[in-house]
Amino acid sequence: MGRSVLLIEDEPNIIEAISFLLERDGWTVRIHSDGPGAVEAVTRTAPDVVILDVMLPGRSGFDILRDLRVSDQTKDLPVLMLTARGQTKDRELARSYGVSKFMTKPFSNDEMVRTVRALADGCEPVLSDDDAQGTEPS
Amino acid sequence: MPRRALAGTRLRDRRLQAGVKQADLAAKVGISASYLNLIEHNKRNIGGRLLNDLADALGVEQSLLSDGVQASLLSALQDIAADSEVADLERDQIDEFASRFPGWVAQLALQHRRIAALEQTVGGLNDRLTHDPFLSEKMHEVLAAVSAIRSTSSILVADPDINADWRHRFHSNIDTESRRLAATSEAMAAHFDRLGQRERDFIAPPEELALFLEQNQYHFVEIENGGPDMIDGLVKAAPSLRSAAAKDLAREHLQSYARDCARLPIAPFRDAAIACNFDPAALAQQFQTDLPRVFRRLAHIPSSPDIPPIGLVSCDGAGAFRFRKQPPGFALPLFGAGCALWPLYAALNTPSFAVARRLRVSEGGVFQGYAIATSENPTQIGVTPVLTSWMLLVGVDQAMEQDEADGSVLPVGSSCRVCTRKACEARREPSILQPVA
Repeated sequence: MGRSVLLIEDEPNIIEAISFLLERDGWTVRIHSDGPGAVEAVTRTAPDVVILDVMLPGRSGFDILRDLRVSDQTKDLPVLMLTARGQTKDRELARSYGVSKFMTKPFSNDEMVRTVRALADGCEPVLSDDDAQGTEPS
Repeated sequence: MPRRALAGTRLRDRRLQAGVKQADLAAKVGISASYLNLIEHNKRNIGGRLLNDLADALGVEQSLLSDGVQASLLSALQDIAADSEVADLERDQIDEFASRFPGWVAQLALQHRRIAALEQTVGGLNDRLTHDPFLSEKMHEVLAAVSAIRSTSSILVADPDINADWRHRFHSNIDTESRRLAATSEAMAAHFDRLGQRERDFIAPPEELALFLEQNQYHFVEIENGGPDMIDGLVKAAPSLRSAAAKDLAREHLQSYARDCARLPIAPFRDAAIACNFDPAALAQQFQTDLPRVFRRLAHIPSSPDIPPIGLVSCDGAGAFRFRKQPPGFALPLFGAGCALWPLYAALNTPSFAVARRLRVSEGGVFQGYAIATSENPTQIGVTPVLTSWMLLVGVDQAMEQDEADGSVLPVGSSCRVCTRKACEARREPSILQPVA
């Protein structure tokens, strides 16, 4: 069985696009679509990488990230935050909570896939000039 | 040149403009030419009947020669000078400038007021863009739809051999998201349109109430005359009160208004206010009532020439505005917090202790500010008081105002975002209007 991603996202058409891209790249993609049960979903599915939206129904992605970082089981888990909110304060907040990478919507498909691969491999993603626009360093 | 001497210079200018000889004008008003010469060179003062006769002889309004109009022009020029960043502005020649070129000064003053009004509008719009939950939500929807379209279309372009099922699903998704994008864009455009018309489909109930009060100029003659029985009719007939929540807020506000009316009937209160020069402490003592009620009642007095600009703002213990009546010349932000230097906030630190400060706002106006914070709940051990702070603003005749260099006048702003004051210790963010040193 290949490596797995848990996609925590509530927009169905974004879920479908990301799932298609990652599954075609060989990933097993699991979906969780709201905030309240997200931490439990991460613990249960033990993914290699989490893609986490910020604006989720019921609970913010920041709160989920903070909870992940205080648990021994998930404190080092690679988390890519994917959000429509790209304000400086959001990036700083994500960084303070220990995000691995922060990517703003709309994003490049290639950039997203390469970032997920790099996070799972424990190295920095290599991005083209075209891709680098939407990614913020952690 | 002393200000009192300006009438002579203006008289001379008017006479020359009219092409009248000095001797002829002197004869016409029954004085010697040499005395008129002294007046014109500001070596003798004029006033009263002689001023009236000279104005009649030249066919001009007396006010064009007197210091009354000039004082307002001088005040406007002083405001402009106070806001100016031009280092070598001839501040010591303001009197001379106003005297010689009253038309140009009036034009400058008009433009200065227009700029201030535009800055105020920009501030309001900026507040709106920053805090409007509708716009924030719609912007999020736009970005989500654009993201889905971008990712999906990139898949289709990058992989032309994608199987038919996926191709169909992705086409369908793009169609769905593009429709959503169109609908969201239309909603945002409609929202901006409504903002422009000050319609209130998407605004919070407190704003509906604020608009209702503003449209009625904060005075309800029906309640003044008919008491609380008139409230329901007023609320039902108000087109600006659209939501049920806003109607409830309006009823609550008007019930308080009616109680204030019953306690302080407007006619004797207005006379007493004029008699004590709008001193709320004196009024509270005279009518044996509390300061917040006096503040509110002063803000209810309809505007007229013998009433100075009166504003009132209240906030809760968190600093959030509960009520705002904006006086001309003192911009109160629509959203967010005001200037941290306002006595409104200082009063929160000392509940039941009234504060009075003379304030000069960055727009140039001077106001006497009074503030007091009171608890809305009974005092009990271990119970946090729920505070409301009130700040009354009474416009001060700037011609009578002393210089602020002695510290008796506190410079304040509206909110940092639209305040251009420099070197302010209370500044929490840069101004959007011009760089602040």
